[in-house]
Amino acid sequence: MPASSTFSALLRGLVAALGAILLAACGQQGPSFNATDITGARFGSDFSLTDPDGRTRTLADFRGKAVMVFFGFTQCPDICPSALIRAAEVRQMLGADGERLQVIFVSVDPERDTPEVLREYTAAFGADFLGLYTDVEETRRVADEFRIFYRKVPTGGSYTMDHTATSYVYDPAGKLRLAVGYQQDAASVAADLKTLLQSFPAH
Amino acid sequence: MKKLVLAAILAMSAVAHAQVEVSDVWVRATVPQQRATGVFMNLTAKQDARLVAAESPAADVVEVHEMKMEGEVMKMRAIDALPLPAGQAVALKPGGYHVMLIDLKAQVKEGDVVPVTLVIENAAGQQERIELQAPARPLATPAGGGAMQHRHGQR
Repeated sequence: MPASSTFSALLRGLVAALGAILLAACGQQGPSFNATDITGARFGSDFSLTDPDGRTRTLADFRGKAVMVFFGFTQCPDICPSALIRAAEVRQMLGADGERLQVIFVSVDPERDTPEVLREYTAAFGADFLGLYTDVEETRRVADEFRIFYRKVPTGGSYTMDHTATSYVYDPAGKLRLAVGYQQDAASVAADLKTLLQSFPAH
Repeated sequence: MKKLVLAAILAMSAVAHAQVEVSDVWVRATVPQQRATGVFMNLTAKQDARLVAAESPAADVVEVHEMKMEGEVMKMRAIDALPLPAGQAVALKPGGYHVMLIDLKAQVKEGDVVPVTLVIENAAGQQERIELQAPARPLATPAGGGAMQHRHGQR
């Protein structure tokens, strides 16, 4: 039904335009997302962490890109690979816009996640995925700031970790916008990012 | 002696006549210095049984783990036994159960084959050991078990 699809495309365009007008008008109402919209959140405004090359990285380094941040640990057999695989799928689904997504993995286990492990681990999911870390005390402070829960759980003479599996998304202007639950599928995360990137045209 | 003979018979017949059918076993590959990973598979018991232990020469510690989400918090715990109800497929897969290899002796590279032994106990308390060879799939293997880029038809 080409007529109705043209109509719905028109409608979508109209809704987008209206949304843009509303956004401009009151500066509060944004587009709607599948993820939890946390625009205006009073936490997670920035971070200062170390990359595997020893450089200090802050949000400002990624201006112009949407940034997806996930906190985890590399010894994690399950949820961390799943979250990073989803991030890789999202990046792929974005097509050319995938270039405008920076995926960041922040270690909650800096004692075991050495720069070498972090580098290799993130590269297994995406060549430009970045693993960041800091020292044990600062990790706690950063996680608290981002409302990320984590704790060591002894097992088999070693330990595993409980941790929050939420991914955060910043817009290209460096504002925290979305909290993406672990269950949200890649297609709907990609749709959210598309929406987000649309309001920040590439230069 | 009787036990030994029985064990020998069980070992010989483990694959063909095991009380538990195992399929799609795989281990998640690791990067250098990553000291833990998970083994995944499907188990179907002919009679009610339980997976009570797992062993592997590839790691110092091997445990059966359950991953649970409490809200947005991921929790992973060793469990004493995983029930295998008769005729019911039980999946050890990302997002649920896995055999956890802790303190790996070496990196598990893609294509490596890791021996894993399951210890299964039936309702009468008799134990059976099932020897498995788990091929290593890429670190970035999703829950379905297929490769990330092309996941057609794989179960």
